[in-house]
Amino acid sequence: METYYVSSLWCVPRHFFDQLGETDQSNCLFCRGSAVWSRVSEPLHIYIYIFVCCYINVLLNIEYSLFLNDIIEDDKECFSLSVSGARSLSMTAQLQAQVQTKSKKTLARPGVKNIVLVEGVRTPFLLSGTTYADLMPHDLARAALQGLLHRTGLPKDAVDYIIYGTVIQEVKTSNVAREAALGAGFSDKIPAHTVTMACISSNQAMTSAVGLIAAGQCDSVVAGGVEFMSDVPIRHSRKMRKTMLSLNRAKTLGQRLSLIGSIRLAHLSPELPAVAEFSTAETMGHSADRLAAAFGVSRIEQDEFAVRSHTLAKQAQDAGLLQDVISFKVPGRDIVSKDNGIRPSSMEQMGKLKPAFVKPHGTVTAANSSFLTDGASAALIMSEEKALAMGYKPKAYLRDFVYVSQDPKDQLLLGPTYGTPKVLERAGLTMSDIDVFEFHEAFAGQIMANMKALDSDWFGQTYLGRKSKVGAPPMEKFNLWGGSLSLGHPFGATGCRLVTTVAHRLQKEGGQYGLVAACAAGGQGHAMVIEAYPQ
Amino acid sequence: MLARTHVSYELKDDVAVIRLNDPTAKVNTLTWQLQSELMAVMEEIWANGAVKGAVLISSKPGNFLAGADIKIIQSANSSEEATGFSRQVQKQLEKFEKSPIPIVAAIHGLCLGGGLELAIACQYRIATKSKNTFLGTPEVKLGLLPGLGGTQRLPKLVGLPEALDMMLTGRNISADRAKKMGLVHQLVDPLGPGTKPAEERTIEYLEEVAVGVAKGIANKQVPLTKEKSLMQKLQDTVMGLGQVRKMIYKTASEKVQKQTKGLYPAPVKIIESVKTGLEHGTKAGYLAESENFGKLTVTSEANALIGLYHGQVTCKKNHFGTPEKDVKRLAILGAGLMGAGIAQVSVHKGLTAILKDTTEESISRGHEQVYKSLNTKVKKRALTSFERDVTMSNLSVQLDYSGFQSADIVIEAVSEDINIKHKVLKEVEAIISPHCIFASNTSTLPIKDIAAASKHPEKVIGMHYFSPVDKMPLLEIITTDETSKDTLASAVSVGLKQGKVIIVVRDSPGFYANRCIFQTMAEAIILLQEGAGPKKLDSLMTSFGYPIGPVSLSDEVGLDIAAHVAENLTKAFGVEGGHSAHTILSDLSERGFKGRKSGKGIYLYEDGTKDRSVNPEAEEILKKYKVAAPPAVSSDSDRQYRVVSRFVNEAVLCLQEGILRNPVEGDIGAVFGCGFPPFHGGPFRFVDSMGAERLVSIMRRFEDVYGNRFTPCQLLLDHAQDPSKKFH
Repeated sequence: METYYVSSLWCVPRHFFDQLGETDQSNCLFCRGSAVWSRVSEPLHIYIYIFVCCYINVLLNIEYSLFLNDIIEDDKECFSLSVSGARSLSMTAQLQAQVQTKSKKTLARPGVKNIVLVEGVRTPFLLSGTTYADLMPHDLARAALQGLLHRTGLPKDAVDYIIYGTVIQEVKTSNVAREAALGAGFSDKIPAHTVTMACISSNQAMTSAVGLIAAGQCDSVVAGGVEFMSDVPIRHSRKMRKTMLSLNRAKTLGQRLSLIGSIRLAHLSPELPAVAEFSTAETMGHSADRLAAAFGVSRIEQDEFAVRSHTLAKQAQDAGLLQDVISFKVPGRDIVSKDNGIRPSSMEQMGKLKPAFVKPHGTVTAANSSFLTDGASAALIMSEEKALAMGYKPKAYLRDFVYVSQDPKDQLLLGPTYGTPKVLERAGLTMSDIDVFEFHEAFAGQIMANMKALDSDWFGQTYLGRKSKVGAPPMEKFNLWGGSLSLGHPFGATGCRLVTTVAHRLQKEGGQYGLVAACAAGGQGHAMVIEAYPQ
Repeated sequence: MLARTHVSYELKDDVAVIRLNDPTAKVNTLTWQLQSELMAVMEEIWANGAVKGAVLISSKPGNFLAGADIKIIQSANSSEEATGFSRQVQKQLEKFEKSPIPIVAAIHGLCLGGGLELAIACQYRIATKSKNTFLGTPEVKLGLLPGLGGTQRLPKLVGLPEALDMMLTGRNISADRAKKMGLVHQLVDPLGPGTKPAEERTIEYLEEVAVGVAKGIANKQVPLTKEKSLMQKLQDTVMGLGQVRKMIYKTASEKVQKQTKGLYPAPVKIIESVKTGLEHGTKAGYLAESENFGKLTVTSEANALIGLYHGQVTCKKNHFGTPEKDVKRLAILGAGLMGAGIAQVSVHKGLTAILKDTTEESISRGHEQVYKSLNTKVKKRALTSFERDVTMSNLSVQLDYSGFQSADIVIEAVSEDINIKHKVLKEVEAIISPHCIFASNTSTLPIKDIAAASKHPEKVIGMHYFSPVDKMPLLEIITTDETSKDTLASAVSVGLKQGKVIIVVRDSPGFYANRCIFQTMAEAIILLQEGAGPKKLDSLMTSFGYPIGPVSLSDEVGLDIAAHVAENLTKAFGVEGGHSAHTILSDLSERGFKGRKSGKGIYLYEDGTKDRSVNPEAEEILKKYKVAAPPAVSSDSDRQYRVVSRFVNEAVLCLQEGILRNPVEGDIGAVFGCGFPPFHGGPFRFVDSMGAERLVSIMRRFEDVYGNRFTPCQLLLDHAQDPSKKFH
């Protein structure tokens, strides 16, 4: 008989857990929070649970919202008070940045086309299961595209190509780029395709655009990304699918009846998409916890970084710095114009949470991890001549970029460490040339581990083939407007946010060069150098 | 006070971290030195009121404590001395158990035997989930029992059935399994590299976690006992019933009896010690354990098994130096059972292999064999599907010689026909690079005959694998006079990479293993002619200690192959009885009775039935060759010794002729390749413990009836004349 695991929040049959291997991981795969699993052997109970749980998508965020509610109740006025240290740090950073000189040379090279970011927008990033819950992925993508059209005043037939990145695909709209483009009213003569590369999917969309323009295939491309975690495809079990497909082919009533008769209750249990690495069967949070431990990152360091992220995001939001956010009238709901996951809290609050993945001694918690998010982004990328010809004032040059990949087990989230020195070398820059750093914050522990890896001579020599360390980015230039931990992380959409934020920060802070770096599932990573467009 | 070299400790806040590190060895073992230093350290810690907890950890990567020092056991002159050792450590471990401060054992790597017994005397155990972390009580494999409190503490910790299973099989238990059994309390994931190497950081992390737990236990934040689930409570209640326990002892004893035929004393003593402890109290239990331990240490079985253990360690080393070029790429000719088996053990250990055959059907079958073996591991969760795929990507099955130019070694497993061997050798030599070795997996053809067709005879060597390759640990490597030293070193390094136990022998028909087996087979056939009956004969030999009887073995190997071997060896040696063996075996196989593979051999093989019956048609054929059994040498025991003495004599002859390099390899080859009873330790140790003189006198008696096939060889006679001469 199949064994089932039932938690207070979620239930899945044993075979689903098999994907995790013989481990004792008992965190909920969706909310990634802790849950106590107990064994039951009566499938009927499961179906009740499934009925109640699975098809109510709110579930996906119960754990996190519970956590938030706690904070909101206990700590209503904590936002700015509790973390004044971090705030003052960031304020001095901004002041410093403003007085920096702009005497550096440009990265423009003869014979290489200058490619520019004209505009970048995104829908507000919302906790999944909240206001966007009833939408579909292409709805969000369409909203971002319409926002881009609105902001740029771009004629609907003036782009040559549209590329979108996404991770968990809605089967009905597997080429979500095309569906969203059509719905947004773009000319049906504009081809569109969808790319996927885990958390750097929209980076891939943007660099594909850069490639098309550099190759002379296109002059203007819209690149973006979308992720919708409020609804994910949950499949029938393999056995059930096989039976159903055979039913289609069955010719006689007898054949059909015997196929129907072969269905067992256990076949009805659904198959959920896993937030686990396919090659290693390890969930990302678990790997992040191990990574943090490998670099000796303490729980306090992680919690402090998470608080910093939320605090800075809150300040940026309040100061109106997040200009890339567009308002979105959700059908049947209110207008959404703000990210809703930003919740600065106290270290004490953070300290109360139990580890979510490695128990009982782990350090990664629901609060120092990025949460499941719905959101979409879009960017208009053009050759400089084309942009100028169309009368645009570009925001930034998109310069060198690299993709890297490494061991998906022990170095799953070290993409930034590998990508940063590589892209700097390509661009002929050093760490100190960079004025603005925007790294993707998958987990606070992952960011801190990357910082330590970049700052380690041993790591530099052993794994990066260097004589010495790369050096960690200075915190006063790093993710000053919050990051994925606080703003949210719709897997496929984050890359565009990072690039647009760098462009906006360069404008605001007066810097010359910015660096984007991100890690992604599969042990991959990306880094890109962005140069301010002369103002 | 002498400086401590094996055990050190430092205080981390109020927790003492005790580090085990034997500077004289690669692995930590429980030596006198380590033990006394550990006790001295503990006394110091216990005397220090400021210390609230302790962590016991090894500084060695890959092992916590791999067991008691075998030297202590071997150097014990009497059972009393060994009992004394056991008593002493038992008392020390009792102090651990009753420690006023919690002691946390932090385990990374091997924690076996005495190491496990030390760990389970501690209050709390944390283990890393590393693939190299194993816990277990392998004493039974050495003919001993866990004599340092293991038979008493384990049943209380993991329950009677699990404890018996652990101690009677000696199996290694992975960290995950140990957690489920309740053998360890908590698991720690192995880490990747950080700002220092992975292994180093993992041990550090384990220590950090363990220190945290020790503090937690001292502050009463971490409970020592987990709340038991309903199932466990129920199980405990059931185990509380004397009747139930009685049944378990009975079942375990019966199983042991059935498997060991009463030839191995250790399992019986283990059950006895456990039983005494549970039924008559701990004190009596510890006493029984140490006494039984003492008794077992002086048995010939323990001596033989420990000898085998040492032999195996020796045969897992390359004694021929490092090969000039590291061998990474294999090419295997022939995708049959053997070829595919060789491919399987190769890719599984990270080598790349080309598997070539002449028909699509055979390479497809070969591919399936390798895939299936890996997929079984996936089903058992020993491997992830992803690891399986990556492993399979190292295998290429093909019909042509492409890629052979970059191979480092070619192993042929084609049909046993010298002409075919010559043909493929010539074909291969036209393609391969100059450094590439040509190895033949022939079972009987002399390597020098194969090498005769080679342009580079120094690169030709024999690598005789045993079927099924993934199960049989032995690899017999055969050198000719022309084989170069580097060729030998490379072949050995390949075998070691494949995880094999290796013996190196000189070229001769049948080499070592098959030459000896053939003597057994030939005698078995004669016994069948004399009307011994296949079943009776098999049971005679298994009760002597062979894992499989000679008749079943021939069926497993295939009667056609056995006939082929018989033909070759009879030609080469003119072995008496060989002709009839060859005639009868070919007669059987020509009728289609080829053994298990054809469903019919001397036995009938039907799916679903375990109890197989004798093939009546084969019996008919045997009747044709019937001869009368001379009553003087046909008692059960004589029949056993007729088979065994021919085997042993042939083995000694191989040493005498210089086929074998030493008795150690002879013993290892006989036990791991021919199924010689392990508790005898191999033919040479058998002669040592039985006395050459006695064996010779038995053989003389047979010689009187049968003539020179029972004439003892000169070396055996030498040993018989001078009892001080020993092989070991």
